Formats: sequence, C-alpha cells, structure tokens
Amino acid sequence: MIRRFSWFNATSLTLGFAFLYMPMIILVIYSFNASKLVTVWAGFSTKWYGELLRNEAFLDAAWVTLKVAVISSSIATVLGTMAAYVLVRGGRFAGRTLFSGMIYAPLVMPEVITGLSLLLLFIAVGLDRGVITIVLAHTTFSMCYVSVVVSSRLVAFDRSLEEAALDLGCTPFDAFMSVTLPMIAPAVISGWLLAFTLSLDDLVIASFTSGPSSTTLPIKIFSAVRLGVSPEINALSTIMIGIVAVGVIAASLISKTRIARMTRDEQAAQQQ
Amino acid sequence: MAQSPSSSVFAPWDDPTKKPLIRFEGVTKRFGDFTAVDNLDLHIYEREFFALLGPSGCGKTTIMRILAGFDPPSEGTVWLDDVNIAPVPPNKRPVNMMFQSYALFPHLSVYDNIAFGLKRSPMPKSEIDGRVQEMLRLTRLEKFARRKPHQISGGQRQRVALARSLAKAPKLLLLDEPLGALDKKLRNDTQFELMDIQEKTGTTFVIVTHDQEEAMTVASRVAVMDNGKLMQVATPDRIYEAPNSVYVADFIGDVNIIEGNLRPQEPGKVLIDWTEGEAPIRAEANGGLTEGTRVSYAVRPEKIAVSAERPDDRANVVQGKIIDIAYLGNISTYHVQLPSGHMISAQMTNSRRIERRDFTWEDTVWLSWTDTAGIVLTQ
Ligand SMILES: Nc1ncnc2c1ncn2[C@@H]1O[C@H](COP(=O)(O)OP(=O)(O)OP(=O)(O)O)[C@@H](O)[C@H]1O
Ligand SMILES: [Mg+2]
Repeated sequence: MIRRFSWFNATSLTLGFAFLYMPMIILVIYSFNASKLVTVWAGFSTKWYGELLRNEAFLDAAWVTLKVAVISSSIATVLGTMAAYVLVRGGRFAGRTLFSGMIYAPLVMPEVITGLSLLLLFIAVGLDRGVITIVLAHTTFSMCYVSVVVSSRLVAFDRSLEEAALDLGCTPFDAFMSVTLPMIAPAVISGWLLAFTLSLDDLVIASFTSGPSSTTLPIKIFSAVRLGVSPEINALSTIMIGIVAVGVIAASLISKTRIARMTRDEQAAQQQ
Repeated sequence: MAQSPSSSVFAPWDDPTKKPLIRFEGVTKRFGDFTAVDNLDLHIYEREFFALLGPSGCGKTTIMRILAGFDPPSEGTVWLDDVNIAPVPPNKRPVNMMFQSYALFPHLSVYDNIAFGLKRSPMPKSEIDGRVQEMLRLTRLEKFARRKPHQISGGQRQRVALARSLAKAPKLLLLDEPLGALDKKLRNDTQFELMDIQEKTGTTFVIVTHDQEEAMTVASRVAVMDNGKLMQVATPDRIYEAPNSVYVADFIGDVNIIEGNLRPQEPGKVLIDWTEGEAPIRAEANGGLTEGTRVSYAVRPEKIAVSAERPDDRANVVQGKIIDIAYLGNISTYHVQLPSGHMISAQMTNSRRIERRDFTWEDTVWLSWTDTAGIVLTQ
C-alpha cells in the first residue's frame, strides 16, 4: 500500500534523524577544521589526520583495539555459533530453557555490572590485566550477540537437510561442516562483524578490564577528552565512526540480502 | 491373478524358513501424548518392494524415519538382519532415504547433490563420476547437472532426490512419495526403472505412495495403515480381492458396501438379509460366523453386470434405476438406485462407441453378480 508522504511524516523523519545524527555530523565537520580551537571554524584542512598518524600513544591504542576486536570477535563467533547450534538443534536436554535464557542475559545486563564482575573474576584468579583480559571480557559479552544472529538463521532452515547429510553417510561433524555451515555462513559472518564493532566501541567494560599497558582507543579518547577536546580527537572519532558504520552496514546488508536470498533458494528447493 | 506359494513365485513371507530383513517388534512412536505409530509388528523381506499406503497423517513417514534412524521408537525393537538397530546412528546404517520434502542441498549443484553420498562411501574416486553420470542418465537429468536445486522444476527436483538416494545402492531404500510430482509417462518409466534396479541390485524397497495404482503395479506387498496401526498387510491382489475390513476395502479402489444380517447356510455359503422386499444376498464365507451377525458385504463395481433383461444364471439379481453415468474412456460407471434407496455402482467396459451405448439416465436395469463376487466382512 502506498500512502502519500504527509507533512507530518516528513517532519518526524527529519527531526528523528537530526536528533540521531546531528552530533556526529558536527563532530565530523570539526575534524576538518584548520583551527586548533575546536569551536571556531577556520577553514578546511586534513592536517589533524596527519597529526594523528604521528601520535605514538594513539597508534598504540589503535593497535591494541584492533587486536582485541579481531581476536575477541573470532572467538565469540566460534563459541556463539556452537551455543546457537546446541540450543536450536540439540533437542531437549536438562536445563535447555535455562541455558537459552541465560545466554541472552548479557544483552540486558548493565555494562558496568558485567565489567565489574569480570574485574572481580580476573583479580580472584590472579590474571594480570592486559590485552588478554580485554579479549576475554569482549568475547563474553559479544558471544551472545553472535548466538542470537546465528540461531535465528538456524531456526529458519530445514532440519531435514542435516538429516539427509547424515543419511548419506556424514558424521555429525561432517554434516555440520559441509551442509550446516555453508548454509548459515552469512549469519556467522554478520555475527562476526557485529561482535567486531561491539568490541571496537566498548568503553565501559574495557576500562574495567584493561591494564596500564593496554589502553584501547575509546579509553584513550575518553581520557583525552577530559583534559579538553582537541581536533585530533575529532579526527580519530571520525575514523572510528567510519569503521563502525562500515561494519554495521556490511552486517545488515549481509543479513538482509544474502540470508534472504539463501532462505528463498532453500524454500524453492523444497517445493514440490 | 491369485498367487500360489510355489518355488517360482517370489513370496518369502509364506516361507517359514526365510528370515525377514527387517522386523518391527511392538514398535510404538509417541510425540508428546500423541501416538503416531501404535504397537507395530511387521516383517519385511529381502528384495521386497514394500508399499505403505494410508491417509495423510497415519504414520507412514514416521515409520520411514524410524528405519532411517532419525526418530528412535518410544517402545519396541527394530531388527535389521538380526541386529537391533536402535544404537546404530543414521550415518552407519545401510539405509538411504528419499525425503518427502526432497531435502536437496541448496548450495550444491545437481551433480554434487548426487555425488554427496558417494564421496563419503568407500567407492574409489575414479568411479564416482561414472556412477553419478549413470544416475543422471537414469533420471534424465544430464542437462541439469550444473544447475542448483532452485533453478529446476519441481519434478526435476524430485528426480534429483531419487537419484541421490539411489546412488549408493544401499541394502534398504526408503522412498517417501518418490514419484508424486512426475507426469504419468515419466512415472511409469521410473516405476519400471525402480523395479529394474531392484532386479539388478537386490535392494529392498520400502515406498510410501498415495497412488493406489502405483502400489498395485510395483509392490510385492502392500500395508494399509490407519491412525498409526496396520490394517492389513498382503499382496496387492489379496488386498484388492480379499480385504479384511471395510476400511481396507473402501481405501483401495471403489467398492459397494451393503450392511445386513448373516444367515449361515451349508458350509461355506451364507445368506445376508439386507433389506425388506429383496432376496437375500448369496455369498461365500468361511465358517465361524453365527446366525444374525451384523456384517458388511463388499462387492467391487466391476464385478456387477448391468443388463436390460433379467439374467437367470446369476446368484444375485436386483433391479434399479440409473441415476448417473460416469464415462471414463475405456469404462463407464453406472450409479443405480434400488427401490430400497441403496445406491450401487456397477462398471462396464465400453466396447461400443459412446452414442450407441445401451443405457441412459432414468433407465430401469438389472444388476447381477455371482456368489463369489463379493466378500463378507465383520469389521
Ligand atoms: N515431530 C513431530 N512432533 C509431533 N507430531 C508429529 C511429529 N512428526 C509427525 N507427527 C505427527 O504424527 C502423525 C504421523 O505423521 P507422518 O509424518 O508419519 O504422516 P504421514 O503418514 O507420512 O502423512 P503424509 O501422507 O501426509 O505424509 C501426524 O499426525 C503428525 O502430525
Ligand atoms: Mg509423510
């Protein structure tokens, strides 16, 4: 049904988006400001980006952030996919409902509490805070996002495909690798991208679990901003917005187009 | 048509020395509190072509899934070659199944779908291609080998599913409605192919079909099911000529059912009083039936002759009026109403052209049949 685009709709849309994106747009614009004073426009320049590349502390933090994001999202993808598979396909086992409820708990848990409890855990087991602890922490909270994405895909596709694979002589592992995984691959990839951007974004949990030698970019930015906003920070933030936007858009594109197409093909393939 | 158990006829179920390939012993399958298969006892012999027939939801697919190993029975044991198969996982069973939903792998081409099982069998790599080509030829899919399942038609998909399950030449092949989407010609050809494959490889087939004619053509024995229970297991001709219940008689082909009270005569002969003002039906029946038993008398339309004159050599003769005629090409079915209100169908082959047919609507005709034409059923 096509309805006329009323003034009311147009206004709501504009206001809503302005509300969401205005602050970011201003930040991006000011990252190209030639002046050192953040609030005074003095012409276009990319010099702060160059400046950024010469700042050792920021580069170190960027490297740590990237490492943490890649490693934690990869581990989270493996664990999250396994969890989703067991919860969707494992049949009935004792405590299944409890498990499937519990896996989503970190989605609604306040980050401060997750961070604090992880911190207490690391202290209790005597693990020195550093890259490893951030990776562990990020894996913990992004795993549930992966498993949500993957399980929605698993629910959608026909169980009998896996049965057919078993019937034709696959071991359960072989059936998973040669039938299930190719079918859910887009969901797994988009889960990975989601976990990656979540890790890149995170400030609260990282600040609980990072050590002195391992600061991530969000922590760096946050502490720098407390001393005053600099155009360099604006430039850095712009880059991060760019990366996160690419990640999120890629994830949603994959799930929208690839998964939709595969689901359609599957349904077509079952039709009689 | 009747088969006598002689050495030349394939009838291992009549031979007490033959061991069945599959034995169901008291097998029950429940889903929650719903019983899909109810206390099933069934023997299937090697090289059989065993057909499962029954209305939708009666448990046919469930039986297949128990054999393939996807659903363990809730109770009872299934023996394959004297081995209890309960602990054997599906991938270790010498059984392949063609799924009712086909379950083709959408990400693989037709070729790779068919080769999928072979690649996981002991067959040497060099022979796999030949085998796949053979299967493609058999199912006439050569042209579509490179296509993905969503790029071919429904009937073609069904053939891919069939080819994939046939490729490994398993000991036991389970086909869940294998030919439903094929046109009549292709279906006939494929039926003959299946029988041919069986001749050559000695595979045992269990096939689910909704098509009675198919079951009658290909099956060595037919099992008619209802609500998870076996109603009758017998050769196609026995099922047709000697159904053991009204349900089976009614399910297979057309039948006239007349209810009445039994009056035993000399051994093997009975009379059935079925309505006021008509002579009792004369029929043959085995002993053990007592006077006054309520019975159903079943007689097939093609056993009833239609004539303008009263025939005097037939055991059963009634008169009625033609209400409807269904012209089916080679045969016509006459629906005749008797004075008592009973509707009887009678079938005649059309040896004459349509405009010279003998009878038309509203004609009063005689229906007649012999005392061996119908059977007496007590359930
Ligand atoms: N997993 C399940 N959970 C609950 N009920 C089930 C399940 N599988 C099958 N059933 C029920 O068991 C009964 C038998 O199902 P089955 O698939 O064996 O029927 P069928 O004889 O193959 O029917 P059709 O001819 O329609 O394919 C049906 O009533 C069905 O609803
Ligand atoms: Mg079925």
